[in-house]
Amino acid sequence: MIEVNNIHKSFGDAHVLKGISTIFEKGKTNLIIGSSGSGKTVFIKCLLGLLIPEQGTISFDGRIYSELEPSERRNLRQEMGMVFQGSALFDSMTVEGNVMFPLDMFTKQPKSEMLDRVNFVLNRVNLSDANDKYPAEISGGMQKRVAIARAIVMNPKYLFCDEPNSGLDPKTAIIIDNLIQEITQEYDITTVINSHDMNSVMEIGEKIIFLKDGLKEWEGSNKEIFKTDNAAVTNFVYSSELFKKVRQMYIEERN
Amino acid sequence: MNYVSSIGSYTIMVREVFKKPTKWPIMKSLILKEIDELIYGSMGIIIFISFFIGGVVAIQTALNISNPLIPRNLIGFATRQSVILEFAPTFTSIIMAGKVGSYITSSIGTMRVTEQIDALEVMGVNSLNYLVFPKIIAMFLYPFAIAIAMYVGIFGGWIAGVFGGFSSSADFIEGLQLDFIPFHVTYSFIKSVVFAFVIATVPSYHGYYMKGGALEVGKASTTAFVWTSVVIIILNYILTQLLLG
Ligand SMILES: Nc1ncnc2c1ncn2[C@@H]1O[C@H](COP(=O)(O)OP(=O)(O)OP(=O)(O)O)[C@@H](O)[C@H]1O
Ligand SMILES: [Mg+2]
Repeated sequence: MIEVNNIHKSFGDAHVLKGISTIFEKGKTNLIIGSSGSGKTVFIKCLLGLLIPEQGTISFDGRIYSELEPSERRNLRQEMGMVFQGSALFDSMTVEGNVMFPLDMFTKQPKSEMLDRVNFVLNRVNLSDANDKYPAEISGGMQKRVAIARAIVMNPKYLFCDEPNSGLDPKTAIIIDNLIQEITQEYDITTVINSHDMNSVMEIGEKIIFLKDGLKEWEGSNKEIFKTDNAAVTNFVYSSELFKKVRQMYIEERN
Repeated sequence: MNYVSSIGSYTIMVREVFKKPTKWPIMKSLILKEIDELIYGSMGIIIFISFFIGGVVAIQTALNISNPLIPRNLIGFATRQSVILEFAPTFTSIIMAGKVGSYITSSIGTMRVTEQIDALEVMGVNSLNYLVFPKIIAMFLYPFAIAIAMYVGIFGGWIAGVFGGFSSSADFIEGLQLDFIPFHVTYSFIKSVVFAFVIATVPSYHGYYMKGGALEVGKASTTAFVWTSVVIIILNYILTQLLLG
């Protein structure tokens, strides 16, 4: 469980996060949604400790990040997995090398055990025949899978995904979403996902936080989001024609 | 003011490079890779340039001796002095600032803009140590490359002098041995070690702290080249004053 308490983050004069508090639960896929530039990436980077908020605390199962010693922070980091917006695979390494990297870096297992683990997670993300390819030689969807495999190879307690399905076709996007949800439930991970994709919201939005102008405008589940009367949320959700129709049908059904 | 804060953050970066080391088996292979890339991969251009520069120095000296009272062994002497004191260590380093420097800035800069550096940090890796330390260590072999540059430069002078008909081989070799001061070689190696550190760290700084996208990576490489050259030229002046002045 991650508890976020009143975090603020500015860049110069730009006040990007203006006091956000929420709770992300274990074994659940928590979604952060909001339009482009609303601060989703900044928020997730604060959770990861890549950006330091000026104010507020973030607590990981009771451990408050800003109060930890450097060595404790390092240990906490090793419990986190991150899937970056652009995958961020090491392009000088093969797929296998990428997924092996954290194991190589932080464990003392023999090579054969590492390789077993790598193949296990690559299988888990349905990618079993690309071990020797370089990131530039595989498709965007495959890169996302490798990034997920690399993020879960160390058995993280916390998984962060920044728009894991952006730039993918709707079908692949849903497969990636479902994969993340399955992994979250299977290993009881606290997962936080940034998205502006309404399909993701419907598929895996067990808990949704809507960011607007640096504030938490709304929070709830995917069942509640279609019924809310919050104008900002409905504006965002029903910006697509398809969803406007869905809403229409829902209202007609209700009457 | 801007320069002062850049020097400050450069210093902080260098300190950070030596903290929280990456585990040795991984570091070892990174160092070997960088030696291959930075040193071995540059030998061709270093040899090529040194050979021709040595040759040109010999020809220029020969053409400027019109007075029959000046001994012919001056050609060998002048070639040795210019190659060992300046051309091998300083001129080669400026070329390396371009070749190795732009490689370093663009490779680290690309990792920055594609979030690979963030990925390292999230995993708990000290990315500065992981990326910059192996380059610094690999560049410790740079004086060996400079030694080869000296040798090849003088050899180039000999070829140009003797086969160009400007000097006899005996005169040239006599000139090479004339008034030889071993400390000049030491001075040159001290300079190479300092320049090696500059070539490894200044471009790393520009790559590591860059912002933006692919276009900015190109711009950062250019800026890095300019600054690396400027720093080399200034340090060359200071070291010469300190060591020979
Ligand atoms: N390092 C930075 N320096 C200055 N401003 C920044 C920095 N990072 C983000 N910002 C600003 O913060 C705001 C939020 O950016 P952020 O990347 O979090 O948006 P986002 O919600 O992730 O958008 P998208 O959906 O397009 O990824 C933007 O206005 C951006 O310009
Ligand atoms: Mg973003």
